[in-house]
Amino acid sequence: MMSEKKLNFLILIFLFLVPLFSMLLNDIYITTLFSKIVILAIAGIGLNLILGYGGMVSFGHAAFFGLGGYVTGILAFHFNNYEPIQILVFEFEGTNQLLFIWIFTLIFSSILALFIGYFSLRTTGVYFIMITLAFAQMLYYFSISWPTYGGEDGLSLSLRNQIPFLNTMDPITFFYICYVWLIIIIILVKFILNSPLGISLKACKENEDRVRSVGINPKKVKLISFIISGAITGLAGSLYADLNRFISPTILSWQMSGEIMILVILGGMFRLYGPILGAFFYIILEQFLGGITENWQFWLGFIILLEVLYAKAGLMSFLIKDKYDEKTSS
Amino acid sequence: MEFQLLIEQLLNGLQFGTMLFLMSAGLTLVFGVMGLINLAHGSFYMIGAFGAALLAEITGSFFIGLMSSFIVAMFAGVITEILVIRKLYKKDHLDQVLATFALILIFSEGIRWIFGAYPLYLNIPSELNASVSLPLEIIYSKYRLLIIATGILIAFFLYILTSKTLLGIRIKAGQNDREMISVLGVNIKTLYTIVFALGAALAGLSGALIGAIQSVEVGMGEPVLILAFVVIIIGGIGSIKGAFVGALLVGVTDTLGRFLLPELFKLFFDNADANLIGSSIASMSIYILMAIVLIFKPSGLFGERSA
Repeated sequence: MMSEKKLNFLILIFLFLVPLFSMLLNDIYITTLFSKIVILAIAGIGLNLILGYGGMVSFGHAAFFGLGGYVTGILAFHFNNYEPIQILVFEFEGTNQLLFIWIFTLIFSSILALFIGYFSLRTTGVYFIMITLAFAQMLYYFSISWPTYGGEDGLSLSLRNQIPFLNTMDPITFFYICYVWLIIIIILVKFILNSPLGISLKACKENEDRVRSVGINPKKVKLISFIISGAITGLAGSLYADLNRFISPTILSWQMSGEIMILVILGGMFRLYGPILGAFFYIILEQFLGGITENWQFWLGFIILLEVLYAKAGLMSFLIKDKYDEKTSS
Repeated sequence: MEFQLLIEQLLNGLQFGTMLFLMSAGLTLVFGVMGLINLAHGSFYMIGAFGAALLAEITGSFFIGLMSSFIVAMFAGVITEILVIRKLYKKDHLDQVLATFALILIFSEGIRWIFGAYPLYLNIPSELNASVSLPLEIIYSKYRLLIIATGILIAFFLYILTSKTLLGIRIKAGQNDREMISVLGVNIKTLYTIVFALGAALAGLSGALIGAIQSVEVGMGEPVLILAFVVIIIGGIGSIKGAFVGALLVGVTDTLGRFLLPELFKLFFDNADANLIGSSIASMSIYILMAIVLIFKPSGLFGERSA
């Protein structure tokens, strides 16, 4: 048992040292595996902002994750074949510069989140769950039936996109790029949660009428949070595309949304670092169970089921004991 | 010729819609009565199809296969309800989504474990695997007509069940005030098990009926599940009538969309582009439909309250 702060610190230190372990064990695959963990953790933190803190159960975050992936893939694709991207009468050059790609990803996923959020937030409860799912499914089927970027087969990138002076093809460099993003996102979300926006978001979850009565528009608060959440998840999708150098409609599928949601809940909602732990256990479990049995998903299902039925507060509450536990068990 | 083709597509849409109705009926009842989001509903569809394929193989009779799909899925429903689902009624939607997602993993991998990764085939008996001529020179598959008839028959049966029988009155009462009806001496636990098992059985039956047209494989339930959710959201959660209207609407929109949209776009673009754009938009059409319905009627067409 330790304080949450201490555990959070340990998590960051541990992640920072991963490439070192990886080199000591002479197994570079560990670093790549942890890049995946860090990326999924970023996606999870994005979702958790609205899920854990805002009480908005989005079952369509694969839309943002996938969009981030596709923006990245499409820009690189056009850079590689020297064909400009045509949108109506406008023409754009592709790029393989990550700094630009990230900016585009953030812009596009924010716009998508504005659009989806604007319509979805008119509904609540199960209708909200389902309308977010419906929007993600629209993109999923669109990506399958649109053949330009590979359709169902997906699109491979020959090289990772570039940052000046860095070799992104090096697994360790790429891991640290993801790690730095994780830190930036954590700082950003922490800042938001303590800002008037975050406080009113948490208040919206408890009681929207009261929020309205003090003169704050709850819909606006929820929409802005939804956009930030979508942008963060989109960024994770962009990193994911570069990690695998491959995109396919799978990253837009509802299973992807489910996976992001599972790792948030597995780690523990209401905790900023919960998704990191969740992603860690999810991926390690996948690797571990996948190594010993072909039917690993069967056992994964059991573990998730037990976790939901008997340990609602998530993995982090096994490791720490504090005031949040009473709140989360309600 | 165009006209016959259109009618044929319309019938296909109707067939698709009635199947979706069988899936959605259980989903909407379970949600309406118990307040449970059941993602694992698609697993019963799959279990029904596998049950039918197995028993049709053993007995050599397609109809025994069909009937057993109903029974096998019902048993699976009863067991799942007692072991897991029962514990979820009081939990929030998020937990339900997660737990039933876990059930999907368990069921899918379990089936893959038992039956292997290859699809099974359920063959339609030759007397049904033929076409009939309808008026206006329309030729249509006998089997698909049978599916439409079965769907409509079950819709009628469910309508009678929910509006004219004691069980139906209890189900409705459970929807409105579960404490009150348990105080009145209705065994609410058993009622819930019955409703859940009925829903599972209907899903199983539709899985078997469709499995005979397509193939019986792991993961066949999930695409249909998502569509069934679209149906009950459009129709309004908890309403059998809504599920019926929603299912037909989704079935016809999807089928006709795929057929008509490329034609429509041919008026504006050249052929290749029109096919591309038309089929891309058609593949999204039902989700667009759902979004539009929710934007104007946030609790669905026949939904009474926001859940």
